Amino acid sequence: MKKSLQWRFLLIGISVLVSFVCFLPSTPLFSSMPGWWKTIMPNQGINLGLDLQGGMHLILKVEAEKAVATSVDRMVKNISDDLSAQKDARLEVVKEDTGFSVTAQDATSKEAARKLVSERYQDFAVKREDPTAISYYLTDEEQKRIKDAAISQALETIRNRIDQFGVAEPVIVRHGTDEILVQLPGVKDPRRAIDLIGKTAVLEFKLVDDNADVQKAIAGDVPVDSELLYEKNVDRQTKQETKIPMVVKQNALMTGDVITEARVAIDARFNEPYVAITFDSIGSTLFEKITEENTKKRMAIVLDGTVYSAPVIQEKISGGRAQITGKFSQEEAKDLAIVLRAGALPAPVTIIQNVTVGPSLGQDSIDAGIRAAILGTILVILFMAIYYRLSGVIADVAMILNVVMLLGALGLLNATLTLPGIAGIILTIGMAVDSNVLIFERIREEIRAGKTIRSAIDAGYDKAFVTIIDAHVTTLITAAVLFQFGTGPIKGFAVSLSLGVIINLFTALVGTKVVFDLMTSRRSLKTLSI
Amino acid sequence: MMEFFKKPNIDFIGKRSYAFAISGVFILLGLIALFQISRGAANMGIDFAGGTTVQLKFEKPIPLDEARKALDANGVHDAELQEFASDNKLLVRVRNDVSQGKVADQIVDIFSKTFADNKSVVDSSTEIGPTVGKTLRHDTLIAITIAILCIIIYIAFRFEFKFGVAATIAVFHDVMAVLGIFYMMNKEINLLFVTALLTLGGYSLTDTVVVFDRIRENIRAHRKLGTGDVINRSINEVLSRTVVVSLTTLLACVSLAVIGGEVIHDFAVAMTLGILVGTYSSIFVASPIVFLWRKKKKGKLG
Repeated sequence: MKKSLQWRFLLIGISVLVSFVCFLPSTPLFSSMPGWWKTIMPNQGINLGLDLQGGMHLILKVEAEKAVATSVDRMVKNISDDLSAQKDARLEVVKEDTGFSVTAQDATSKEAARKLVSERYQDFAVKREDPTAISYYLTDEEQKRIKDAAISQALETIRNRIDQFGVAEPVIVRHGTDEILVQLPGVKDPRRAIDLIGKTAVLEFKLVDDNADVQKAIAGDVPVDSELLYEKNVDRQTKQETKIPMVVKQNALMTGDVITEARVAIDARFNEPYVAITFDSIGSTLFEKITEENTKKRMAIVLDGTVYSAPVIQEKISGGRAQITGKFSQEEAKDLAIVLRAGALPAPVTIIQNVTVGPSLGQDSIDAGIRAAILGTILVILFMAIYYRLSGVIADVAMILNVVMLLGALGLLNATLTLPGIAGIILTIGMAVDSNVLIFERIREEIRAGKTIRSAIDAGYDKAFVTIIDAHVTTLITAAVLFQFGTGPIKGFAVSLSLGVIINLFTALVGTKVVFDLMTSRRSLKTLSI
Repeated sequence: MMEFFKKPNIDFIGKRSYAFAISGVFILLGLIALFQISRGAANMGIDFAGGTTVQLKFEKPIPLDEARKALDANGVHDAELQEFASDNKLLVRVRNDVSQGKVADQIVDIFSKTFADNKSVVDSSTEIGPTVGKTLRHDTLIAITIAILCIIIYIAFRFEFKFGVAATIAVFHDVMAVLGIFYMMNKEINLLFVTALLTLGGYSLTDTVVVFDRIRENIRAHRKLGTGDVINRSINEVLSRTVVVSLTTLLACVSLAVIGGEVIHDFAVAMTLGILVGTYSSIFVASPIVFLWRKKKKGKLG
């Protein structure tokens, strides 16, 4: 055997071996490998996409403008307090869209206001000014900073919640300017996950306005400084939902940001779960003061605008502990504890994309894909063997090598296999013999033209080479574009298609050539089975 | 040796008027589909249009009209239903604004309440907001444009400019034909279908490149032959190859379409159609365009 032949066989042998080793972790066989193998050799293999293993793919839009609005609200309140504290200044502050305006009675007051704002609130800039009033707006940079911070914080909060919820290998990343991409593989209860992630979780303690007439409030006549909220009640037996209207004071006495710990406990008397919360030192002091001042009044515990419970304050509560009761199920209580621990989102989020795949569909898809791959392979193998006989069989072997190496390459790159990715592999099976067909047809032509077998083979490979390159490059261009612009499943298709095409160059040009060279090197062939 | 064609000698160029007539119909269909898509009258998938789909798998067969009645009675109107009768699967599609509420959950609840004795599991559910669809439409258009530009540049670089244009027209023809056929079949036009279109575009180009390679080779080798003869000769020479290659890829695609499962079915059908049309177009569209172009130029010179 010629030396170059040996080298080429060795190269093919090694490639196949490496492919097997790389693909091994993706098979059930891997679990029975010895321990040293699992640590030294590739051990990650091919990841299954969400469409194959089941799970959730969410894109959340953070309504960052709301975070800006909240900040502006708070700052304007401070400014308003500061300005009214100024001696002799007669000023009126009115909140505007993303800023405020100060109306002054006289020039001195106006200058005082200008001085104060420019000293203490440098994030505001003058929008317009007339003799009696100045209108300020929050600068674009500051708005952008607040939005950015809100999105980062939302990301962090959601990550915390998911970590505590317990999902294996979640993906939580920023997506675009104001979106968050969340992928939860194999999540069992999608609804619960969405409730947990999407909850803004702003907890507020508000006094119930007992003087107000609830019926009037429902009709639209709500007292100034108060608001109408509902307490949701679910009957355990009938699952019937009832809403109890309640008028509460608009100003929250306290909010949930002082909570340090929240956990589920069981009420011994009714055997019902509740959430026990612990406040930090500021919170404890505040809570003590509030409960002391409002003894015998009702305090509503409000989460995202819904009243959970509204107990009567029996006495001053010190020690920084409180309970949130409500008609919870065990799971609801657990999730409430999670969101209270992880904290509130700085702005509400809306789900703009939710793709959930159940585990059974994923398995069905894998099974159907494998069946289609096997059928396609058998048909192509049979056709090639019948049409090109021995040469066809050689091409078939190269095609199988192509698929083996493709799987190996996917394993080596820890690529994510999606359903379209499986389609890409099957397409590769069909296209893998393409190059060899080109070569074989060329060889046939050369033989018809009267060349010897050996030179016909060489000419066939040489002349078909350019065409094969052209054909592969055009496919690679489309695959590259698909990879760049496609979403998850489509990317998987682009990856398997482009890897398949590249590997095909090797198996078709090197893999089959070496067999022909071996055949012609032993003896001079008079006929070729093609 | 086994051959489909023994020394074929078919006058492909001579049949160009028939071919152009057929292709004209294909392109017209495609343009109608494009027009309908742009005015929102085509069967767009929710990934482009926004909305909700839920696929449920039942224990027993579920009659479509009962399912529709149940949805209507519970406030989900205008749902489109599709069943995969072989394994009792039902696909419900609603074009709604996702941010308005949880329609997917609502649909699941309706079925579990109304058909309590025929239990169902959720195979998949997808909710896509209108802004996502808009972004996706935009990105898709950019992707298609870039792909076409790259292809023209590559072919123009490897061949003459007119080959590049002819190849691009052939690819455009194939994409239009498959788009038109899908529109006529009222199949859903979604992201996976666009992927199939781009892929079959690439595939069709490969086919055309093989024919062009031979034409280029023969133009150099047979300087005395007329353009039409050179092109006919080239197509005849590579005819076996063109047919065999399409056949092997077709075998894989048809396997996928027949037993590959419902999710990938339309993709496989689109690819199958694309391979057929792509093979036709490299012979009957791309080559005659090169012929006409060269003939015109020669006529001026002569």
